[in-house]
Amino acid sequence: MALLDVLGRIFSKDNTSSKEVAKERLRLVLVHDRNTISPEYLNLIKEDLLKVIREYLEIDEEALQVNLANEDSAFALVANIPVKGFKRTRMAEVQGSSMT
Amino acid sequence: MKSRVLVVTSGKGGVGKTTTTANLGTALAMMGKKVVMLDTDIGLRNLDVVLGLENRIVFDIVDVVNGNCKLKQGLIKDKRYEALFLLPAAQTKDKTAVTPHQMKNLTNELRNEFDFILVDCPAGIEQGFRNAIAGADDAIVVATPEVSSVRDADRIIGLLEAAGLGKSKLIINRLRSKMVKRGDMMDIEDIMDILAIDLLGVVPEDETIVVSTNRGEPAVLETASRAGGAYRRIARRVMGETVPIETENTDNLVDKFKRMLKLAR
Repeated sequence: MALLDVLGRIFSKDNTSSKEVAKERLRLVLVHDRNTISPEYLNLIKEDLLKVIREYLEIDEEALQVNLANEDSAFALVANIPVKGFKRTRMAEVQGSSMT
Repeated sequence: MKSRVLVVTSGKGGVGKTTTTANLGTALAMMGKKVVMLDTDIGLRNLDVVLGLENRIVFDIVDVVNGNCKLKQGLIKDKRYEALFLLPAAQTKDKTAVTPHQMKNLTNELRNEFDFILVDCPAGIEQGFRNAIAGADDAIVVATPEVSSVRDADRIIGLLEAAGLGKSKLIINRLRSKMVKRGDMMDIEDIMDILAIDLLGVVPEDETIVVSTNRGEPAVLETASRAGGAYRRIARRVMGETVPIETENTDNLVDKFKRMLKLAR
């Protein structure tokens, strides 16, 4: 068996030690593990975002999407919020006479 | 001396939490400390058999927290050391039979009597884990040099930090120096790079652990056991002594010879 192991290692195309493979796989899996947030936590963010935006715009709450996106080593909170209409009264309040 | 509550945890099962608890507890008692070990793996108790105390159990941790018996009645005295005690887990209940609040009260009560309170945590990250860490001052994370174990240890370290236990220490268990030399097992440095916490000790893979578990006598009692020696050094580090970390080359010919003659410490 031992001889076969040695021969296998000499003749195989892939001669990186299994420890290096383990380290690299761990590194990749941990990048993902360490940067995932729970659905509950994401929901909290979503609820609070909704609360604020509702004040200013009429939005399609069913179609709302909030996600954490991971590209290379950077993270972004990506929100897709379809607007159904504008809150005329609120806009008038804030922008005053210039609205008319 | 101010008493300390240490939780022994890992995330993954089968990496040696219970063995570590039994050996560290016994080693601290050998050093003259008053020690109690709590088995919080409710439903799957095992610390009692590792210590060889399974025939002495009358009450358990659930009885104690629910007031079915007095704390003193629940504690089982070790066969070998006067100042070493075990509070066994209940076998017929589940992890929800105890709350984190009750655990905190229990460990606080034990602080009056003991120098060290060692909490053996169940595998997993659910309520059993929450209970085990509730009253702890510090955590000892046990991991073996395998992808799955190191990954789970990383997760556990994150959860411990979130719970305010930011100064966890790591024990690397079951290290096989031959495989490390061959490049087929991650070494100490590889694991420390990934986990970024302090190292408390390295325990070699050792058949004497199986033998001592068979007999119900922790390996630290066996002077010739390499794993036992590693645990005795870990206990000294827990006590604040500076003891160099064992490297893969610690096992030289002289040591082997001493062990053959059973002279090794």
